[in-house]
Amino acid sequence: MKVILRNPRREVEVGGRRRVRELLKELEILPETVLVIRGDEMITADTVVGDEDVIELRPVISGGRA
Amino acid sequence: MKCRKCGGTAVLELRRHNAAFCAPDFIEFFRRQVGEAVRRHRMFTREESVLVAVSGGKDSLGLWDVLLQEGYATTGLYLDLGIFDYSKESRAKCEAFAAQRGAPLLVVSVEQDLGAAIPEVQGATRRPTCSACGLSKRYLMNKAALEQGFPVVATGHNLDDEAATLFGSILHWQTEPLARQSPALPSTHPKLVRRVKPLYRLSERETAAYAFLRRIDYIVDECPFAKGATSLMHKEILNQLEDVSPGAKHNFLFGFLEKGRPAFERLADVTLNECARCGQVTTGTLCGFCKLSDQIKRAR
Repeated sequence: MKVILRNPRREVEVGGRRRVRELLKELEILPETVLVIRGDEMITADTVVGDEDVIELRPVISGGRA
Repeated sequence: MKCRKCGGTAVLELRRHNAAFCAPDFIEFFRRQVGEAVRRHRMFTREESVLVAVSGGKDSLGLWDVLLQEGYATTGLYLDLGIFDYSKESRAKCEAFAAQRGAPLLVVSVEQDLGAAIPEVQGATRRPTCSACGLSKRYLMNKAALEQGFPVVATGHNLDDEAATLFGSILHWQTEPLARQSPALPSTHPKLVRRVKPLYRLSERETAAYAFLRRIDYIVDECPFAKGATSLMHKEILNQLEDVSPGAKHNFLFGFLEKGRPAFERLADVTLNECARCGQVTTGTLCGFCKLSDQIKRAR
């Protein structure tokens, strides 16, 4: 599957079916820091994703405020 | 995963609430949390005009969206920081949002009042850029609200912002900011408007989800100056805690507001004066904004 990451924007290819929870763990991303988007819908950590999917991991952190 | 309320397919899990929601029920949950914040801290009434500070990001536009949906009388305030394409894009997002909803938007340029745009601040002062920017924003928000007759300014600070600020203040035991940190700061001087944070009960991930589900077109990219900012590091540490102990951020902030803050508040005894130059409120003779403006002039 294609995984889109931001800040900076980049794409990684990940093979095989697995749950979102496991995908995030492999990519070393804390679930609390991203929205997981497939198509135009958000999906939860127990959703199984596969080779045909395009998954966007949209960061939710903003700031720099002192 | 199933929605806690209707049993339909969930789109978001909220581990700290031990719950998951479908899109409509999450939006309803989000609005209730904002409503609860407004009521609990008597932030504003339906008769008051609220100035909503918007940056083009998910939090502030999400907040403005909720308040418009709930029928509050709101005006947006966009502060143009002059940060290259980032400011151009974020301003365009705010203008498009306001135009789509027929809501009024004020635009104020930082450069006009400060004498320089934010990128120029670097080098002119020893303050970190984010700190100088924050100071300028607070100053200009208050000034705009006073000039335009708004009794209250609402900002999009969320639970993560507040927890990170608290964490930073505690690391240095800065008792003055600890006494002041609150979801609602009352007007303690005729020239100081009330400042409120209606999203303080909602995490950053929840505000992002709300903005996404409401199809709000917000700026996802980071401010170029935020890279490496201390507050981002504090957020990361707190998110690591949250991962192993859901609710950690919530308990940290809410515990402080309930039990910690009153102790610091008793210690704080600040005299407010009017700045000798601009007349805005300060604890000294010259306010922080005028000092910063002087530093910029000297650096030129």
